[in-house]
Amino acid sequence: MNEFDPVELKRIRWRSRRGLLELDLVLTKFLAQHFDSLTPAELDAYRRLLDLPDTDFLDVVNGKAEIDDPELAGIVEILRGL
Amino acid sequence: MSVPVRHFDAVIVGAGGAGMRAALQLSEAGLKTAVLSKVFPTRSHTVAAQGGVSASLGNSEPDHWHWHMYDTVKGSDWLGDQDAIEFMCREAPKVVVELEHFGMPFDRNADGTIYQRPFGGHMSNFGEKPVRRACAAADRTGHAMLHALYQRNVRANTHFFVEWMALDLIRDAEGRVQGVVAMEMETSDIVVFQAKATLFATGGAGRIYASSTNAFINTGDGLGMAARAGIPLEDMEFWQFHPTGVAGAGVLITEGVRGEGGILRNAQGERFMERYAPNAKDLASRDVVSRAMVTEINEGRGCGPNKDHVLLDITHLDPEVIKSKLPGIREISIKFAGVDPIQAPIPVVPTCHYQMGGIPTNYKGEVVVPKDGDHKAVVPGFYAAGEVACASVHGANRLGTNSLLDLLVFGKSSANSMIEFIKSEPAELPELAMADVERSIARVKRLDEQKNGTNVHEARSAMQRVMQNHCGVFRFKDMLAEGVDKILEVEKMVKRCEIADKSKVFNTARVEALELENLIEVAKATMISANARTESRGAHVRDDAPDTPETPNGRDDKNWLKHTLWHRDGNRLEYKPVNLTPLTVETIALKTRSY
Ligand SMILES: Cc1cc2nc3c(=O)[nH]c(=O)nc-3n(C[C@H](O)[C@H](O)[C@H](O)COP(=O)(O)OP(=O)(O)OC[C@H]3O[C@@H](n4cnc5c(N)ncnc54)[C@H](O)[C@@H]3O)c2cc1C
Repeated sequence: MNEFDPVELKRIRWRSRRGLLELDLVLTKFLAQHFDSLTPAELDAYRRLLDLPDTDFLDVVNGKAEIDDPELAGIVEILRGL
Repeated sequence: MSVPVRHFDAVIVGAGGAGMRAALQLSEAGLKTAVLSKVFPTRSHTVAAQGGVSASLGNSEPDHWHWHMYDTVKGSDWLGDQDAIEFMCREAPKVVVELEHFGMPFDRNADGTIYQRPFGGHMSNFGEKPVRRACAAADRTGHAMLHALYQRNVRANTHFFVEWMALDLIRDAEGRVQGVVAMEMETSDIVVFQAKATLFATGGAGRIYASSTNAFINTGDGLGMAARAGIPLEDMEFWQFHPTGVAGAGVLITEGVRGEGGILRNAQGERFMERYAPNAKDLASRDVVSRAMVTEINEGRGCGPNKDHVLLDITHLDPEVIKSKLPGIREISIKFAGVDPIQAPIPVVPTCHYQMGGIPTNYKGEVVVPKDGDHKAVVPGFYAAGEVACASVHGANRLGTNSLLDLLVFGKSSANSMIEFIKSEPAELPELAMADVERSIARVKRLDEQKNGTNVHEARSAMQRVMQNHCGVFRFKDMLAEGVDKILEVEKMVKRCEIADKSKVFNTARVEALELENLIEVAKATMISANARTESRGAHVRDDAPDTPETPNGRDDKNWLKHTLWHRDGNRLEYKPVNLTPLTVETIALKTRSY
């Protein structure tokens, strides 16, 4: 488990509600299957992805855009596989 | 009971296009304006809009607001109010150019003017031929609109309350609106936002259906709050559907798939469109295809364990054609249906997209309800704009790109009405009426204390199934009547919903339960209004509405050229006339709607 503050964890869960249906569908799966076993580094990476505008975020998840940041690569990989 | 109270000139619930356009107008007028949103403003569902926003700018070819008005009235199947439609179409060029000045990065022509493209139903010269009227910012129009408006609002000092959920409307004994009760999600603290004027801009409620293109956030909170506060909901039987969304997910499969040779099949593998449209087959028009799909499902030939969808088969196409001509479809299908369409057919179902009805308003954004024989009586202090409102410009069917326009026009006009109203009010806020506040708090308390109740997820799924099966894109008399009983049964489940997690901090279970209490109001309104309207008009299509010379396509103007008003109290229905009198031009006379 991660050492994240439980409040922060719950906030991250709520912020996984998005304005685009496709993201809702992918992130719901992600929360159910992966969220509880993320490392702190992965959690932090996920939190940063959530700060992206929905349209950019979806492009990344769909593989239409790349993010030039090795720290985010792992989590992007998981999201793309869902 | 003591509840913290915050005071504002104006409180707006919703930070999508409509809410932020209104907020900007109010803040720039120097009024202290609060905007509440469940999510960060630029993540409102407006972000999903790609197609564009309509305005008769005439940048590429001649165009006129009067032609736009004609198209909108016709699109509405004459259920739209012609004063509101004239107002919207005349204002369109102004609000779009304003948005440009707010920093909206519209696509441009070589001469620097806004580039415009054609969109279904928008024509020149009173229905003659398609016209280029849609203004877009690449395929990110909604996103760009939200960003431009948000930046502008920050500059104008709008007070944003992000991750706050409004729970209920507050009305005094005379029915005047005083503000809302709201919950801060981070803490579950309940706070009253008292204001001279309150605007609902909470968007649509597409999640009442099992298959919907709407994001999870679209739970009709404004409609639920209004209904609980005794405000009727208008024309809720009218919902726009798309024939092919991925079953269970809602993500759209473009109609281009059928254009490339995709075939619809039922559980027996039969190409059923051959029976419904022997010539056009799978390429028949949207409504014919939707109707055939629903008939197959209804008659027990649907696929899957619940026999609730049909299949879109492209396995016979060359995989190279699929990859080159239908990019993205394979990915969507693998991701959201779990099947590779090269190997197996895609499960699809008609999918809900847009809500035409809503909180009844006039074209000034003022909420109007019948009172003492006057069907246009204003509810003092209460306004609505955007998808939650029914002005009514979309009538029985919305034209594409008219919705983003609706947000801009009525966001602005409601704010102007609010400014006027606020100025006419005494400086001091009146004493807060506590009855509604206490009712709202009791509602949350009931939820927290419920024992041996129903599961929120189960109750929501039950509601969505009933709506999808009994009140979908194509409607049958018996199914509707049965649907009314079933949705009232589901309501009993919702009233007894229980949450396992009672914690205070970002408790999404509590939020979802409260959202369900709003969705169920919308579901009831929809089912009951649809069951009562025995004609076909626009998006409300019934199997039992006869196509005769007096009622072409089942539309019965003699008996049904009127707006439905559903009252939560006793599920009572009443009707009010359609306004066929525009503001300055002649009425657009009734005609059969055909394209
Ligand atoms: C996939 C898709 C594509 C579309 N494309 C187009 C298009 O190209 N052109 C077009 O004209 N229309 C289009 N539409 C329709 C259009 O996008 C919507 O009708 C419109 O964006 C609705 O905007 P709104 O401001 O009314 O509400 P929204 O943008 O949905 O915003 C609602 C706001 O209310 C807030 N809220 C809701 N409930 C509460 C509560 N209880 N407490 C606090 N805050 C709350 C939310 O947080 C949000 O900020 C499309 C719709 C879909 C689904």
